[in-house]
Amino acid sequence: MRLHDLAHVRTGDKGDTSQISVIAYRADDYPRLAAGLTPDRVGAALNVAPASVRRYELPHLGALNFVLEGALRGGVTRSLALDPHGKTLGAQLLTLEIGEVP
Amino acid sequence: MSARGGERDTVRIGAGSGFAGDRIEPAIELVERGDLDFLVFECLAERTIALAQARRQADPDDGFDPLLIERMRRVLPAAHARGVRIVTNAGAANPIAAAHAVAKVARDLGLEGLRVAAVTGDDVLAYVSGIDVPLIDGVGTTATLRGRMISANAYLGADGIVAALDAGADVVVTGRVGDPSLFLAPLIHHFEWSNEDWTRIGRGTLIGHLLECAGQLTGGYFADPGRKDVAGLARLGFPFADVDAEGNAVVGKVSQSGGALTVATCTEQLLYEILDPGAYFQADVVADFTRVEFEQIARNCVAVSGGLGRERPSSLKVSIGYDDGFIGEGQISYAGPGAVERARLAIAIVEERLALTGAALDELECRIIGLDAVSRLPALVEGQVGEVRARIVGRSGTAAGAQAVGAEVEALYTNGPFGGGGVSRSVRRVVAIASCLVPREVAIPSFYLVEAIHAPA
Repeated sequence: MRLHDLAHVRTGDKGDTSQISVIAYRADDYPRLAAGLTPDRVGAALNVAPASVRRYELPHLGALNFVLEGALRGGVTRSLALDPHGKTLGAQLLTLEIGEVP
Repeated sequence: MSARGGERDTVRIGAGSGFAGDRIEPAIELVERGDLDFLVFECLAERTIALAQARRQADPDDGFDPLLIERMRRVLPAAHARGVRIVTNAGAANPIAAAHAVAKVARDLGLEGLRVAAVTGDDVLAYVSGIDVPLIDGVGTTATLRGRMISANAYLGADGIVAALDAGADVVVTGRVGDPSLFLAPLIHHFEWSNEDWTRIGRGTLIGHLLECAGQLTGGYFADPGRKDVAGLARLGFPFADVDAEGNAVVGKVSQSGGALTVATCTEQLLYEILDPGAYFQADVVADFTRVEFEQIARNCVAVSGGLGRERPSSLKVSIGYDDGFIGEGQISYAGPGAVERARLAIAIVEERLALTGAALDELECRIIGLDAVSRLPALVEGQVGEVRARIVGRSGTAAGAQAVGAEVEALYTNGPFGGGGVSRSVRRVVAIASCLVPREVAIPSFYLVEAIHAPA
């Protein structure tokens, strides 16, 4: 299934760091998200080096919190990007296919 | 006296704005129909103080949020009538001038006796200009910004606001204060919490964090039609929290207002701009959100519990605004067959022209809107794109260098590929932000009280 069918996201920024929360609609789907959304996979989907991606797990909220350091081309105050906050990044993850828990 | 009446064991705090330009009507609705004790206006983005500092240099009575006077004019009559006290960081680079301006609004409205406090102590420009410490989330040290610094403000905690409320202020205007502290301060004041009661301070910080973006808790920035439908976003109601003496809370919004307040909206806001949920560093506390729980107890009504905290850090974060040159930009659209190829040709021409003419640019970014301007991975099927817009943007130390970018894009009208249209161009001065840490003792808050009384004739 596509991530869009399993979870919702909100994206924020702190300096040059992007932060993306991924929250399961149904608590039962959290293990799928945790298995499918590795830091490597999230980094690859957003063209960010995997080493710059940290993942925090909040199972009781059905949520994962991804922190992507150095992902905003200098950060909102000096980036030349059209979306300097990176506000659109979380939505770009929603096309990922998430399998069943192995 | 409150419409809820009687002995109450909770205090109600509303969120009147989530950023400087936010809508004003939801705050009026909260004051008139929300039965509030306190209303908080969060109005200070990272860069705002530096821009306000530039205005203060031009006019010593300016340097605060330009919308503050309008907000106060529209909210104060109802707030004064109902005894709702206001806390805001709209003082920006000049809280004292802002407090005088609010007192003048109160006088003009005939609100005799209204007391307005300015909290100061966050301005550490003189100190930071003289030290050489590493920049956090960046490269280099503070010394590399010497001569370019416009402002340096420490993120204060709740202390100064608490002191002003204890002294009887009806309106408290601050400069840089941690956003959650704006909400935590009325709780410390009301319940007389110790500022070292880390659990309660952590819970108050959690409530402040949930409320600080106002409509982002009540269904704003949430809607995804078909999956997350939210009704009434044009009349979005802003949130309030009913907080008890233990720091547990129920968040809600005024009945009949637009939006939705659910466990899902609360969970999104809980994690918004949080890095490690177990260690949210604030001047008041290191808050821990890892055990927070939400429960939907009624429609648009969610109970919040499980916030934790531990001892506050010994350092304060400082936000430094500095001059970072200019950014020049030009855009042009292409449509029809070959639109992407023509946009690519346009970009190649501008790049070559900027090199040929020796434009003083440090950095140039060329993207095609509709293809790869916000998408991190390029679109798979270029042929299916019906229209695109080339966006060319460059950084320069000089305004003239930045001007050259838009000029070269505009020249594509008669010198570029066929069919380009809708050119836009701009140049802006860049005020960038860097951060460092300073010892807590460098930024001690104090407050200054102004009373709205008629000057003798």
